[in-house]
Amino acid sequence: MTLDKVTQGQTATIVRINGDGAIHQRLLDMGITKGTEVYIERYAPLKDPIHITVKGYSLALRIAEAKMIEVTA
Amino acid sequence: MKTIAIAGNPNSGKSCIFNNLTGSRQRVGNYAGVTVEFTEGTCQINDEKVKIIDLPGTYSLTAYSQEEVVSRDFIVKEKPDALMIVVDASNLERNLYFTIQLIELGVPVVIALNMVDVAEKKGFTIDTVLLSKLLGVEVVPTVAFKKEGMEELKRACLKVTKSRITPKDLTYSHELEGSLEPIIEELEKHPEFTKEYPTDWVAVKLFEEDKEVLEKLAAYENKAAIETSIELGKKFLKKHSDESPKTAVAEARYAIANGINKEVTKRNELGQRILTGKIDSFVCHRFLGWAILVGVIYALFWLSFQISGEWNWIPPIIGDEWVSPMGFVELIFENIATWASEASWMGDTMKSLFVDGIIGGVGGVLGFAPLIFFIFLFISALEDSGYIARIAFILDRVLRVFGLQGKSILALIVSGGVAGGCAVPGIMATRTLREEKDRLVTIMVAPMMNCGAKMPVYAMLIAAFFAKHEAGMMVLLMVLSWGFALISALILRKFVIKGEQTPFVMELPIYHVPTIRGVLHHTWGRTWSYIKKAGTLLLAISIVMWALMTYPKTEVDPTLDENAASQVELRNTVAGKIGTTIEPVTQIAGFDWRDNIALIGGLAAKEVVVGTLGVAYSMGDVDPEESETLATRVQEEWSKPDADGKNRGPLKAFAMIIFVMLYAPCVATLAVIKKETGSWKWTLFSTGYSTALGFVVAVLIYQIGAFLI
Repeated sequence: MTLDKVTQGQTATIVRINGDGAIHQRLLDMGITKGTEVYIERYAPLKDPIHITVKGYSLALRIAEAKMIEVTA
Repeated sequence: MKTIAIAGNPNSGKSCIFNNLTGSRQRVGNYAGVTVEFTEGTCQINDEKVKIIDLPGTYSLTAYSQEEVVSRDFIVKEKPDALMIVVDASNLERNLYFTIQLIELGVPVVIALNMVDVAEKKGFTIDTVLLSKLLGVEVVPTVAFKKEGMEELKRACLKVTKSRITPKDLTYSHELEGSLEPIIEELEKHPEFTKEYPTDWVAVKLFEEDKEVLEKLAAYENKAAIETSIELGKKFLKKHSDESPKTAVAEARYAIANGINKEVTKRNELGQRILTGKIDSFVCHRFLGWAILVGVIYALFWLSFQISGEWNWIPPIIGDEWVSPMGFVELIFENIATWASEASWMGDTMKSLFVDGIIGGVGGVLGFAPLIFFIFLFISALEDSGYIARIAFILDRVLRVFGLQGKSILALIVSGGVAGGCAVPGIMATRTLREEKDRLVTIMVAPMMNCGAKMPVYAMLIAAFFAKHEAGMMVLLMVLSWGFALISALILRKFVIKGEQTPFVMELPIYHVPTIRGVLHHTWGRTWSYIKKAGTLLLAISIVMWALMTYPKTEVDPTLDENAASQVELRNTVAGKIGTTIEPVTQIAGFDWRDNIALIGGLAAKEVVVGTLGVAYSMGDVDPEESETLATRVQEEWSKPDADGKNRGPLKAFAMIIFVMLYAPCVATLAVIKKETGSWKWTLFSTGYSTALGFVVAVLIYQIGAFLI
């Protein structure tokens, strides 16, 4: 499952990040690493981007990026 | 003098600590060769004066962004006597991840553990003594917003600069240490390659395929042996893990950060959901979010206009009536003009230069300084509060439709997206865009936003023709400038700058009540640069414009009345001739030769339009005491019915507002566009297409409008 499939108010655990290059590095730098729990805080008023809580802080990312992140519920 | 560099994540309170330490002793500079700006200040610690450098706020030290490369190069090459890392205690793990990367650079470190109050509210207590022991660095708990811990911080810095003790070597996971081993072993044979960089750091960077370090390796003559060792390292990793080297490095750093975080942080079960979460559930709400967004921006305009121009709250220091701040500035210049025109020692030419040229030009612009001040004040408060990030969050989906991204919004807002910005820093802010194409499109459309320099033009024309709808007009102009910028972006993205879209990953910082000091600091900085521009560049331009509009002098038929005579005189000047020559074309949009002069002047800086109109329309007035304010004057002139009996004044005003919004960027902006794109082609393109667009839209407004009324 990828992160964009997780509904608001749910928690998921990161399995891996697909993709490469700058965006991959950026997600790693922001704490999107294997085994980390993410909580789906809310979707933006237009359903995209997503507001998540990771490592105790708030992060906004687009559905397109969320699709790169594999998670388990 | 000793040097301390300050590093930290964005939103960690880094600039607040920098301001606390340096006060007003600051200056802005540029790193050699690159366009990244830095602020430098001095600070008195005991008897010693210390230089403090504020490095750009970043999340990492990769080669993917210029800021990150600049930061790490500064630390390694300039070797500051101490590196202060500002760490957000309420967000410890991610901040430690960055801290670890800085520690890898092997310089003496002091950690300012900031926002400990927020961490406590979240339900965390951090054992600073243990943190200090684990990292081998000084740790000072601070609350920068309340200036708590600043003295202790200074003392810790001084101590570290004296002892120059570097932090402990960090031990990564078994897989990573094993992978790095052959690389480090090989690098130790090549001191001429690693040079001033710590060997371990170079090994990590080579292993995680850092673009910049790999480029250096490619240029190194004995690279083959090192390349072999990198392959050995990668093979080792492959045997023990299925991760890519880059992921393995990031995970190893996060493993350390996570371990330290768990050890030093005690979690209090009663920790409350902090206020930010509650505010966000309103601010980012599906329906409420939009209402709040519109409301906040409307309030910003309404309050700025009321406080600066409508409410008379300045006591009668000059004259005998309470006035508004804008009224006050106007009064000052009126008094100066009266004094000048009565000064018998001045000749007629000098009087004209002083009253019409200087006071007309500079005074007109400075009159709007209070408005600029209050708009900046509210924008700074919004920036410091954390709301700007929410605007990006809510609007990203909309922006993407136009080929831009959430980060473009920052550049557009700084350029004047909520009015009163400046395209110069706005275009500089596009450096955070990593995708070249997104960046280029943003640069091309940013000058269409309502920058602070356009505000005096809008304000004057609105006061003249749409006075009853001030706030409404400003919102309309904001919507229109976004509309033009976005549609242009879409067109540019479709036909001129084609390509894939870039990712959007942005921290939503916790809300802060902005401190008065911090907000005033920003506001004053921006307003002062505006006033300085008025005092220097605009002064010079005002004088040049006055000369262009005064010479050559002509003999006029003495039977003409005074106003008609001055008209004839102006028309025969250099400026009048240029304006008249292009009048047949500009007339389609309703602009006559005088407006043309003003618009040409506006190429130097948009606010010059007001000053020049001032000179152009008050030329015939000898007695300044009887001269109306510019708005009234323009309103009278433009409202004269045309041959068909129609009053095209408001139409012309609106066409001019839109033209000023869209036409060629000012000289300063063009200089920045050239610098940032590194291309004359794009600079010229920016000038040409925006002027063409502005003229077409102005013509449409004027012609269709005239047809309808």
